[in-house]
Order: sequence, then C-alpha cells, then structure tokens
Amino acid sequence: MESFIVLTVIKAVIVFAVLMTTLAYLQWVERKVIAHIQVRPGPYRVGPHGLLQPLADVIKLITKEDLLPPYVSKPFYLLAPFLAITMALISISVIPFGPVLQFGPLDIGPLHIPHVETAMQLTDLNIGVLFILAASSMGVYGIALAGWSSNNKYALLGGLRSSAQMISYELPMSLAIAAPLLLSNTLSLRKLVESQQGSILDWNVLHGPFPQIISFLVFLIAAFAETNRVPFDLPEAENELVAGFHTEYSSMKFASFFMAEYANMITVSCMATLLFLGGWVAPWPAAYGSSLVPTVIFGGAGVLALYHGAAAARKRDHATFPVFGVVFLILAGVFLLPAVQSWLLPLFWFCAKVGAILFLYIWIRGTLPRFRYDQLMAFTWKFLFPVAMMNLLATGFLVAWMAK
Amino acid sequence: MDVILFLVFATIAVVCAINVVVQRHPISSALSLVGVMGSLAVLYLLLGAEFIAAAQVIVYAGAVMVLFVFVIMLLNAGAESKKGRSYMSQFLGVPLLIFLLGLTAFFVQRMFPETTMVKFGGFTGGGAEAIGRALFTTYLLPFEVTSILILIAILGALVLAKRGE
Repeated sequence: MESFIVLTVIKAVIVFAVLMTTLAYLQWVERKVIAHIQVRPGPYRVGPHGLLQPLADVIKLITKEDLLPPYVSKPFYLLAPFLAITMALISISVIPFGPVLQFGPLDIGPLHIPHVETAMQLTDLNIGVLFILAASSMGVYGIALAGWSSNNKYALLGGLRSSAQMISYELPMSLAIAAPLLLSNTLSLRKLVESQQGSILDWNVLHGPFPQIISFLVFLIAAFAETNRVPFDLPEAENELVAGFHTEYSSMKFASFFMAEYANMITVSCMATLLFLGGWVAPWPAAYGSSLVPTVIFGGAGVLALYHGAAAARKRDHATFPVFGVVFLILAGVFLLPAVQSWLLPLFWFCAKVGAILFLYIWIRGTLPRFRYDQLMAFTWKFLFPVAMMNLLATGFLVAWMAK
Repeated sequence: MDVILFLVFATIAVVCAINVVVQRHPISSALSLVGVMGSLAVLYLLLGAEFIAAAQVIVYAGAVMVLFVFVIMLLNAGAESKKGRSYMSQFLGVPLLIFLLGLTAFFVQRMFPETTMVKFGGFTGGGAEAIGRALFTTYLLPFEVTSILILIAILGALVLAKRGE
C-alpha cells in the first residue's frame, strides 16, 4: 500500500513534468515546422535555434497584466479556463505509455529498493476509452462558457460555433472509436494494446477481419475538429471573430486555453496511437531487427549533426551542432543497453507514433485553408457520419460472422 | 471512506438540484444540472457501476446538457424576472413538499428493507459486458421499444421543422 502511494506520486510527477515540457515544446515545434513550410526561419533569437523560446513565452504570459473586464459574468468567466485546462489534462491519467515495468531489488548505499512491478500508466481503468470521451465532452463547457460569459459578440459567436462543432463531430468520432473496440473486444486502453501485439499487420488499422483504415481516417478528421485545429478552427477564426471565444482573456487565463488546446492534441494523438496503431508495439518483431531502429535513427542524426558542425556555414553552428551530435550519439548508445531496452524501446515506438500524428496536425495546419461554416456542418452530417456508421456496421457483421 | 464520499457527493447533488430551481439565469440553472449529473455519476461509481457512470457523464452531462447550454446561448435568454406567487403555493407549498418527501421515504422504507439494499461496490453487473448482455437478452423488448420511440421523436422533430419553411 505504502509503495503503491509512493510509486503513484513518482509516476504522477514524472508524467506531469513530461507533459508540461511537451506542451511548451510542441508549440516551438509547430512554429518551426510552419515557418519552414512557409520558407522562413521561425523563432531564432532566444537560445540556439530558438530553443529557449517556450521559456520566454511562459515568462511573458505569467508577467502580463491579468485583466478582468468589468462587463463579464464573473463566476463563469473565471470558471471557464479552469474547466478547459482541467478536462484537457485529466485524460492523460488513463493513457498507457508502455508495458508493465519490472524494477529489480536494488541497493544504493543505505537505501534499499524492493522489487517493484508497475505499469507505465497512472491508472488502468477498465473503461479507459469512455473516460477519455467523457473528459473531452466535458471540455466543451470550458469553451462554450468562455464565449458566453465574456459578454462580447465575437466571443459568443466563437463559443456557439465551437459547441455546435464539437457536438456534431463527437458522433462520427465515437462511431469511429467503436469499430476498433469491436475488434479488440475491450474498453481498457492497456488490453487494447495487448490485443494488437505482433507486427504492423496486427494493428487495428490493418488487422483482419476488417482493416480499420476508414475508421482511422474518420477518427483523425473528427479529432481535428474536436481540438479546434485547422481546417476546423472556426471558433477562433481570426479574420472573422478577432480571436473567437478567448477574445476577452489575457495572461495566464489565455495561456490555460492555449495549453488546453495542445493537451487535447496530445491526448487525441495518443488515442489514435492506442486504438489504431498498436500503441507501443514495434512495426515488426524484434527478431527482425526492429530494436535497432532507434539506434540507427539517433546515430544517423548524430553523425549528420557532427558533419554539419564541421562544415558549418554560420559561426555559432560550430558550437551547437557538435553538442547536438554528441547528445544524439549518446542516445543511440543508450538504446543498445539491454538493461533499459525492455522499457525504452516501447516508449520510443509510442512517442514516435504520437509524434508522427502531431506532425501531421502541424503539416495540415500549414497546408489547408479553413472550412466555411455550412461546409463544416454538411461535411460531418452528410459524409463523415454515414461513412462511420457503414464502417461500424460492416465491422460488426464481420466480427459476428468470424466468431461463429 | 465510501460513506464520506457518498455524503459529500449526495450533498453536492442535492445542493445543485435546489440551485437549478433557485437560480434565475437559465445558464446558471443548466450548469447546476450538470453538477447534479456529475455527482450522480460519482454515486454510480461508488456503487461499482463504472460503465453507467461513464455513460451518465458522456450522455447527460456531456451531450444533452451541452445541447441545452447551446440552445440557451443561441436564443441569448436573459435572466427571468420574479413574479408574485399565488396564495395557494405560498401557504401550501412547503407543507405539501414535506408531506411528499415523508411519503416517499415511508414507501422506500417499506418496500426495500435494509437487507435487499445494494452495498458500496457490491453491485457487480456494472461493467460494459454485463450491461450489454442484459440489454440484448433480458431487456431486449424494452430496449427496442425505446429505440423506436426515439426514432418517432426524431421524425416528429423533422416534421415540425419542415412545417416552418
């Protein structure tokens, strides 16, 4: 019991710290990627290649004046950002990042650590999928209330659009989630991944009797709309609505909406990974060398960085590139250690998959224009919803037929 | 622990329910209703019915109430003004309420003696599998009838919406 509490606290602290860092740096990555898509360097001034930009942003947001407009509906105005960030962060508690972790009995000087066995996850609910759906459906209140309580017509329109959009896209999203659940026959996220063990052909997106490719695409599209991202970012369409539902918010209250959006992006990417892409399962078995992939990738990156550092075009790159090269090479070596491979490799594949989906998010933001409002509604009700329904029906029939 | 949690969330549920009626602004009332739904979900969870708890949050607190809030915001409903109550409700309201509550408590006491009550966590049919089985075997007829009823309601809403054009 005691070790359970200690372990849970340690895990919670680690997950929270990693999540917060990822949130901050996801925004840096987004700005960099968008900048390179648009052929400009992006953040460059704060730290090497703008790497300290998130820190500067945090300091800026904390020290800004926190305005409380006199005409707002105070309790709801203050409640809204709190709701948004809480509901966004709470979902991470049920997401599994890797398999069960074994931690041998260990003696460090006077400190004795007994044998510990713990899942790389804060808590394994047997209704994990439903928990995330519930949290995301409660998150709508944050945005809707922010729009309404601001007492501003742009904010109200943004809030209205957002709630209509989220209600509409939740239906195809739930239907798209239901189909892989039929294949895996569980609601627990951990068992969901365990049912997809093996290779890429056992992932739900390619797994028989009915590959869930359609359902995966529907889920991704609906997820973009649920998180209010381009091309579905009508709630904050800046050329029509100033800034949409958060027009009247400043300082940390604005930051919590911002963080909620990025936290939702991460949650949704984790969901897509767990439901369709096999979670932390490698694309092909370790017997065929999948355990060498991270070493090859990091080693290649390290050598490339060292090479560029040797022939750097700018003066400061002589210093920065070799540092990154050495860090990458050390990482490549760490992945070869058998002691850490059992948990580091699954973690690598999980992060790689989540990262790929997050990159897709950013890529699409740099590529597609925004929907018009009637197009948005017609798209979900007349196309996405029937497609998801048909897919679910076909999956259900095939699963029932195969079970016979 | 269970009893403390039950008391806390039961109190929240009752306070929110009273707040639904007391509040004058529709948005405040709707949000109090969300509070009621949320605390009911926690009570289900305490009983061990986790699937029903999740469904309660997703369907009622999530979907239905968001729709309510959406409509209230769309119509931009303002705060209601207070009107004078009739003499009958002024004098008979509270006694009648107490009478009703007493009657309900009495019948609950009579019909469900303590031995048949569900204990905290003692309810085992709360998982998704058990509920699915019950819905599609024991309660198949009520389930199908309800779905037809909802279909009729949707058709009715369509007809009403078409008439306005």
